[in-house]
Amino acid sequence: MLNLSLKEISQALEEKKFTSVELTKFFLNRVKKHNPSLNAFITVDEGKSLAMAENADQLIQSGKKSILTGIPIAQKDIFCADGWKTTCGSKMLDNFISPYDSTVIHKFNNAGAVNLGKTNMDEFAMGSSNETSYFGPVKNPWNLNCVPGGSSGGSAVAVAARLAPAATGTDTGGSIRQPASLCGFTGLKPTYGLVSRYGMIAFASSLDQAGPMAISAEDCALMLDVMTGHDEKDSTSLNRKKENYSNSLDKEIKGLRIGIPKEFFEDGLDSDVQKLIEAALKQYEKLGAKIVDISLPNNYLAIPAYYVIAPAEASSNLSRYDGVRYGYRTKEYDDLMDMYFKTRQEGFGDEVKRRILIGTYVLSAGYFDAYYLKAQKIRRLISNDFKVAYEKCDVIMGPSAPSVAFKSGEKQEDPLAMYLQDIFTISTNLAGLPAMSIPAGFVNNLPVGLQLIGNHFEESKILNVAHIYQQNTDWHLHSPKGID
Amino acid sequence: MSITKEEIIKIAHLARINVSQEEIQQVEKKLVGILALIDKMQEVDTDSIEPMSHALNITQPLREDKVTEKDIRDKSLSLAPHSEQSLFIVPQVIE
Repeated sequence: MLNLSLKEISQALEEKKFTSVELTKFFLNRVKKHNPSLNAFITVDEGKSLAMAENADQLIQSGKKSILTGIPIAQKDIFCADGWKTTCGSKMLDNFISPYDSTVIHKFNNAGAVNLGKTNMDEFAMGSSNETSYFGPVKNPWNLNCVPGGSSGGSAVAVAARLAPAATGTDTGGSIRQPASLCGFTGLKPTYGLVSRYGMIAFASSLDQAGPMAISAEDCALMLDVMTGHDEKDSTSLNRKKENYSNSLDKEIKGLRIGIPKEFFEDGLDSDVQKLIEAALKQYEKLGAKIVDISLPNNYLAIPAYYVIAPAEASSNLSRYDGVRYGYRTKEYDDLMDMYFKTRQEGFGDEVKRRILIGTYVLSAGYFDAYYLKAQKIRRLISNDFKVAYEKCDVIMGPSAPSVAFKSGEKQEDPLAMYLQDIFTISTNLAGLPAMSIPAGFVNNLPVGLQLIGNHFEESKILNVAHIYQQNTDWHLHSPKGID
Repeated sequence: MSITKEEIIKIAHLARINVSQEEIQQVEKKLVGILALIDKMQEVDTDSIEPMSHALNITQPLREDKVTEKDIRDKSLSLAPHSEQSLFIVPQVIE
């Protein structure tokens, strides 16, 4: 059961080689065994998971199975799931039992998938190392002294260490792709608006997007088939015809034009990582693709603009945590104001407070034009760069992250160094483009990810391009040693 | 642009977050660094550029105002730190 693809698991369930209950127990046991050292899960509820597995087995028995029926999926703890503790990695929501399902959870439930548990993450998805979680840091299974990346670090480790066949993540500035790169598996951030944000705890609403995290592009496509679709409950959900993402994986890529932005290979990129990315591009050339030089001249402004827009939206979104309706409330207080101030001082961690303060500052009277409006204009410039680039190429490729996984604690006290982790991923969030990270080799036994960026709605194309690479290489099939 | 201690106290007040005297030095140091990073934006001329608030130019959709969800009032109230008679209880505000 350990290294099967989702398609293979699905087939084995169909052919009654094992039941969903057996499969779910198998992964629950792996979680039980390895979570103490990896800390990938915040909440595991065997009773609930097994009840879902029993239901799935009944569906399978009665021939009402769809592709993910009976397959356990690890869910990032940012997705509200009815009856499950949903913390978003924060003390603020440590006691929050969600009273409803997010659309993503609802869709997995409808597909008959099993919720394997809620995975650890940076607090309110703010971080690139999974060290800001109130529930402790997550460890990288390739080297326990290293970070897994973030913010979807728990989901990343669940997939990389094979504690779950697949997982969900969210990506506001790189939170699916950077951990996919650092932990060595396949992750996809869809076009903004493709997956409903309803019930997904909000960080920066104009950037947040959920996506699949799994071993292969094929697995991601099957997950995406379930996750996407228009949702009236999310006003930014796109109203367009639902696509099938697993139908066109095998298309030939002969003649594909791969755009290489020179800005992705300038300072800041580790030279060993660069070599592997170049080797992957050579491989694509062998498969019939053509390399085209392109430029994203405003990419260097992506981090500055992001650290205005994301904190501004976060400061507004996180104003709801006031100790009145749900979540944490301070123990002692004199009056209402005192209650607000202490609740938020004690309930939020340092990074979250920093971002709320930055957001409040850039939106405050007298600074709005200089910061927020300016950042929105720069966002336009960055988006225009991609428009120009896609006149010359079909997909854009480059590194997902500037380096392999770094040591725990190394960047924790230096927010600026941490923010640079997302230098290659943030611009696609600002432009709303779909992008993936796929394994492309190892430096010192630590994985390196190749990033594939598509034009709007070209998930099928990047999945196809990734799949063809994975048919010709086996980097995505490597798994860390010592996690038996 | 840089930020002063007084400004931090002001925005912390606006954000309803207590920042203790011990914390303020650290907060100042880190916010100054982040704002310096952000200030790179000011080098670019954006006068003729239209601000972009959404990745795709969609308009806000409208839908009929009808009840689609089941009633989860009691379940929701049970999550409150303090509720009585279907009301959220907070410290007294009006005399």
